Parts: sequence; C-alpha cells; structure tokens
Amino acid sequence: MNANGITAAVGEPRPRVEGRLKVTGSAAYVADVPMPDLAHGWMVTATVSRGRIRDIDATDALAMPGVLGVLDHRNARRLNPDAAHHFGPDRGLPMLQDDAVPYAGRPIALVVARTPEQARAAASALRVTYDAEPHDTEFSMNHPAARPASTLFGPEADTGDLEAELAVSTVVVDEVYRTPEENHSAMEPHVATAWWEDGHLYALDSNQGPFSISQVMAMLFFIDRDRVHIRAEHVGGGFGAKTICGAQIILAAMAAEHFRRPVRVALTRRQVFLAIGSRPPTEQRVRIGAGADGRLRAVHHHAAFALSPLAEYIEWCTEQARTLYAAPAIRTELSAVPLDRLPPCTMRGPGATPGSFAFESAVDEVAERLRIDPLRLRLLNQPAASPVSGRPWSTRRLITCLEEGARRFGWAQRDPRPRLRREGNLLVGTGVAAAAFVAGVFPASATIAAETDGTFSVRVGASDIGTGARTALIAVAADALGVSTERIRLHIGDSDLGPNPGAGGSRGTTSCAFAVTEAAKALREKLDDPARPVTVTVDTTPLINWRPAEERNTYSAVFAEVTVDPATGEVRVRRLLGMFAVGRVINPLLARSQLIGGMIGGLSMALHEESVRDPITGRLVTADFAGYHISAHADVPNVEADFVADYEPQDPSGFNGLGEIGNAGVAAAIANAVWHATGTRHRTLPISLGRVVETAAPRDRQEAISAV
Amino acid sequence: MTDDTRSDISLRVNDATYQLAVDNRRTLLDALRDDLSLTGTKKGCDHGQCGACTVLLDGDRVVSCLTLAVVADGADVTTIEGLAGGGELRPIQEAFIRLDGFQCGFCTPGQICSAVGMLAEHAAGWPSAVTRDDSPERTPELSEEEVRERMSGNLCRCGAYPSIVRAILETSVREAVSK
Repeated sequence: MNANGITAAVGEPRPRVEGRLKVTGSAAYVADVPMPDLAHGWMVTATVSRGRIRDIDATDALAMPGVLGVLDHRNARRLNPDAAHHFGPDRGLPMLQDDAVPYAGRPIALVVARTPEQARAAASALRVTYDAEPHDTEFSMNHPAARPASTLFGPEADTGDLEAELAVSTVVVDEVYRTPEENHSAMEPHVATAWWEDGHLYALDSNQGPFSISQVMAMLFFIDRDRVHIRAEHVGGGFGAKTICGAQIILAAMAAEHFRRPVRVALTRRQVFLAIGSRPPTEQRVRIGAGADGRLRAVHHHAAFALSPLAEYIEWCTEQARTLYAAPAIRTELSAVPLDRLPPCTMRGPGATPGSFAFESAVDEVAERLRIDPLRLRLLNQPAASPVSGRPWSTRRLITCLEEGARRFGWAQRDPRPRLRREGNLLVGTGVAAAAFVAGVFPASATIAAETDGTFSVRVGASDIGTGARTALIAVAADALGVSTERIRLHIGDSDLGPNPGAGGSRGTTSCAFAVTEAAKALREKLDDPARPVTVTVDTTPLINWRPAEERNTYSAVFAEVTVDPATGEVRVRRLLGMFAVGRVINPLLARSQLIGGMIGGLSMALHEESVRDPITGRLVTADFAGYHISAHADVPNVEADFVADYEPQDPSGFNGLGEIGNAGVAAAIANAVWHATGTRHRTLPISLGRVVETAAPRDRQEAISAV
Repeated sequence: MTDDTRSDISLRVNDATYQLAVDNRRTLLDALRDDLSLTGTKKGCDHGQCGACTVLLDGDRVVSCLTLAVVADGADVTTIEGLAGGGELRPIQEAFIRLDGFQCGFCTPGQICSAVGMLAEHAAGWPSAVTRDDSPERTPELSEEEVRERMSGNLCRCGAYPSIVRAILETSVREAVSK
C-alpha cells in the first residue's frame, strides 16, 4: 500500500480486463468489424512446389456474379523487392510480382467479389497452368545445400578442446534427434481489412505487432511509415505466426488500391497452413562426454533446420547447450538448408523448444549410461557463470526450480531403472528436463497523459494476443503512477501509438512495461503543473540493457509422468509440473495460465504435432485439424505451473517475459518419461502411436533394458 | 426474391425472429456473422474440426460452419450473445472470467456454448466414450474425464483447457438449473 492508501496492483491475481467482452462475444476481432462497401478477396495458392505460371485463365471467373476482378502478376502493382523484416530482406514479401513459383502454397492470385461466396466460387473457376520444374523439399542435415546459419543472434560457441575432452570421457552419448515441421495453429485464421484514403493505408490486421507490420508495409508500398495505420485490438492467438507481415494484409492492401474500395482477405484454415510460415523441421546431432563422477567434459550440439532461399531465418536450437550446464569444452553449430518450401516463421519458444528436446534428451541419455539419477546429473553440472562467455548471470534460480519441482513431484521416491512400473496393461514412467530462454527487452515508446478528470491515458503500441498484456500493463501503469487501476485508460494495438516491438520473443509485455514505467516516472515530475492535460512520451531506446555484462534468461524445470500402452502405442501424460524462474510476476493468475498453455503446447508437440509433406509433390498433406492434430481437452491432464521467488536486476521493476519458457523443456521431459516407462529412447518427434507400439521386442529396447 | 441461388428463410435467434434471403451456399455461421451482425460466433476452421463456431440449434450444440443457413430455416438458435440474459452473466461466463478459462478468447464463445449444450446432454443421461456405466437409467457422474471427453470437439490453442474444465465443473449444477 502506498502513502495514498493504494494497494499495489503488480503481483495481484487479477482477471483479464477484457474478460466480459470475451465471454459474451462482444470482443471485436478483425473479421468482426463491419465496413461499408466491403469487397472480399479470395486467395489462390500455387499447387506446384517449383516452376513458373504458364497461364491464369480468368475468363470464366470474371463472368461470374459479383466478381469485381482478379489480381495476379500481370496486373498487380509493383512492390518493393527489397522490403525486409527482422531477419533482413524477405523476397517472399512482394507477392504477385512475377510468374515464379518458389513453393507450393505460394499466393499467386486474388479473386475479388462482393461476397465471400462469390469470390470463393470464382476462385475455384480460375484455370491455372504451370511449367513445373523439379523441386527439392526433402530436409536432412546432410543435404548438400546445407550451409552455416546466419549469425545475427551472435556467434556460435566454441570453447575448450572438444575432441580431447571427448577422448577422456567415461561415457560419450552421440545421437541424432529430429523434430518435424510444426504449425502454430492460432485459433483465429489470419485476416485483414484494408482501405486507402488520401495516400494513407489503413488496415485492421490480425497480427502480433501493428507497429512493426506498418514498417514492413510502408517499405513494400514505397510510402512513409506515417502513412500506414494498422490496428489489431483483439487478436485470436499468434504463437509467432502473426509476427510476420502476412499474405492477408499485403493482398488486401493491393486489392483495396486496385479496386478503390475496402477489401477483406480472410485466409481459410487450409490457407494458413499452406501460406503462413511454420516452425521448420530440425535434425540435431548431440555429443556429450562425461566423467564417471557425473561431470560433463564435452558438449557438442550441431543443429540444422530447413528454410527457403527467399529469406534468412534462424531456428536457434543451440541455446541450451551454451547455457544449461558447465563443461570445459562446448561447441555449437547451426546449419540452414535452403529448400523449395514455405519460408519458416518463429513459433512459440523458437529454437529453444526443438533444441531443448534434443539436448535434454541427450543429457538424460548421459545419466542413463552413467547410472546416475538424471535430476542429480543436472544439479551436479550447474555453472556459476556462463560456461561459454564467462559472464555472470543477472539472476539464475534454476537450481531452486529443479529442487522445488522435485520435492512437489515426489522425485525422491523414483526408481531410475526403466520399464519396472506396470498398472494393468500400462507402463508408467517419469521424466525431467530443464530449460532456459534468453530474456531481455526491445526499445518501445509510451505516452501518458494526466487528464482533467483525474484519469491517465496510457498509449503504448502493445499487442494482446492472449498474453494478458492489456491487464498487465494497466497494473504496471497504476503502480508506476501511484494510483488505482480504475484511473488508467489503456490504449494498445495501433501502429499510431509509437514505436513498439509487438508481442514476440517473450519481450512484448516487459518492453512495454519498461516504457510505461519510465513515462510514468517522467510524468510524476510534472504533476505539480496545474495545467491539464499534461502529456509525456518516453522512448526507451537509450535506457534499456544497462547491464550488458550479465547474461539474462528465464528458466524452468519440467516434470512429467506418462503411461504407455505398449499394445496400442498410446502415450498419455498423467501429470505435468513446471517450476519457473521468470523474474517478478506481474499477474500470477494470467502468468500461470500462459505458462500452463505453453506446457500444453509442449505436450502437443511431444505427442501429436507433425506437418507431413508429400515427397513426390512437395505439398503439405496435413493442412487441416484432422490431418494436424493439436492437443484437445481429452489429451490434457491437470497441468501445474508455479513460480520460484525471483527478481530480474536488469529490469527497473524486476520483470522478465514468460511467453516461450512454458513450451521449452516439456517435450524432453515427456520423452524422458516415455523412456523410463518403456526402456525405449524416442529421438524423433512426435512420439506417436506408430512409433511406440510394440509389435515385437525391438533390439534397442532390449539393449536399453540390459544396459541398466 | 427467391431465385435458384437464393432462398427466403426465417431464423429465430436469441429470441428475435429474422426473415432473410440467403445465398444457398451460405452457412449458418456466415448468416449469423454477416447477415445478422452476430459476430460473437467465430470461424476457426470452417470444417467442423475446431468447434469455435458452436451454437445451440433447438437446444442442441452444432458447429454452425457445417450447417447451411437454409437447413436452419424455422429453427431456434442461441448464440453466445444470447446466453447472458439482461446483461447478467451466466454462472459459467462468470467462472470463465474468474478462473481465467481463456487467453486470446477466440475459441471462448464456442467453448461456452458447447459447455451449455454438453451439460444438457449430460443431464439428459447421454453417455460418452469414457462413460463406464452405460445403463440408460443412470446419469454418469460428471468427472473431469467426462468433461474432457465431451468437450474435445472444442480446440483451444492457448491451452486454457484445465481452467475451462474447472469452470464447467464448478458451475455445472447451477448451469443445469438455469437452462
């Protein structure tokens, strides 16, 4: 409670401020906002994986009722070929520019009509012919096109004498792990409504960062960013898929200009699968050497991922190897394999999630071969400072996460030997994994006005895609201003609100909270001024990252219990517990929900999710929720998430982001539990029925059992 | 103005009656959203695979994306907008807010409509795939497992499932009464 009797809002479990809107159907998402004179665009996508468009015959389509026209590479306006986003230039952004087809699912035309039904019918009457060329969509880390990945995130690690340390290790694990292409599958498909007025572009767009999308759109359309106005008040999930400037807004803006009226482009679920980037498949070789005492001596993590030659991308799988454990020699390598596939896009826990599956599975294999408890092995190797850079941690409560999680889970009673516990037909096992996710903030700006009625208008270009940013930032603003939350009027989700990184990289809320806190500080110095409104704007660019000598991460320890039916191959997760060190928690109710949601995403990845491409055509064959299963109610047990006491000294309020750390670690914990249940090590995700079912006693299972 | 591509239909939605001339291809979902401006019902997949578009049709839960508007002619439809009477939230809506049964909120209207329909099915004694006692005389106990099984047609990518199940179980008795 402060001097005015106001109780602090940060730290309180408060329900979402927009909760009533969301449970009554009144929250307006992009496709819910009416627009006079609206036309509807239906996207048409390429059906070959590589080649050229020979012809698009629109004769029949143009004669159909309600059709306004067809946009394709022959009549579309020119877009900037050098438009770029956070990974650099992206040749995939300029659409409908030429006859080249770089991947199956590439948007090649937009049919515009008065109603969606008319547009859809006309799109199916379009006759597209191709000159197909041989394509290459088959990913492997040994592919001849493999090359070192971009080092935009910094150089890969190489400390100590790796081969020498491996040579003197008592055990060496050297295994290859694989994760498939995965799809974000936010429940709201990508949709945009765009219109032009006096040389200004306006759009309602389902995205994770209106300001960054406005920057890309301005580049693409050769106009000043000040002339691009993008709003996204309510967004139906993102998980990374809406960080990119999507086909929906690019095509809607092109069509709105061409047909001189507002145009909505709503992607179908199938089109989201085909044309919006996904998590790329990975193949990862992990070598770990350890002494008989359980100390790690050598760590080598080489990860490869698929991308498209159209744009740079990084799936930074090697983060865990350089962060989690001490070892005298650590080497990481990251390879990119350009293929004729849909360009990838960051997905929840990018890099860390597939990387952790490989690395924390391998660590478990070290424990297995040394016959050391896997929890003890992890605790034995905790580094006092970064094992690669030598820099201190700003805060690192991973040991507390592991120990407290173990206590709550009942780990001490666990028999480490595999395939010993049976309940009827079921085998039962438990597993653990640790994870880290790099934390920090990006520059952002916030404006706060003290209004004449005693309220405070807070303007910040944040996105609330379900993270709870709206509710969290109201609490942060109230505390920073020393007033109750009822006096805060928060405005978010608009590119006109100033520079903002959007919701991504676990940095949306922390970056915005930083800006709001600093703006409130500056405003309070001016509050003696009797003239109202008083307005202050702060951009945090010169203020952030003031302790660069320290490494900043969030941490988790995840514990899983599974049952396996060897006759059907069905793995069910019975218990899932995550302990998290994520700095000071703004709102424990919402933060816990976000972490539990992330853990369920990890469960889904471990057991269900797999995008399958037909090697003959290169096309995605799992482009709907029947082909691509994400965890449903019946797949999900009671999931527990809790926080250890933590405070981030690099943040003025002690906060860290927690959007990604919930996912990372879960797949490895489940895979390790499946090994404990069955004695079989699953190094390829998902751990699906066909991979688990025991039709005969496989040799590797016998080996695993006899090794103990 | 009935021609071969359009039909005149009558829909009773949330206790109001509407006469519509709809494109024969128009789904109930699009009719609700685009003709009646009831945009609380969401389109998540348009294939009946996600449940975001769930509404109550004559009291039963249906996916409105797989229901043609012409098929609903004369029917009584309840959408998320019609669940809260007179501005008063229903117990389940209040529980969704209090227990944080959603994050992005996009699947929420479908989850809530589905839960209301599911509780009515359960109260009427319908068994599910996990019901152990399939004797028609006995209503199965509404366990967590039963709720999860019966709600599995409603996907939530944010992973709010545990809170949704809690909200449904906590309000099941009051919801069954208030129906």
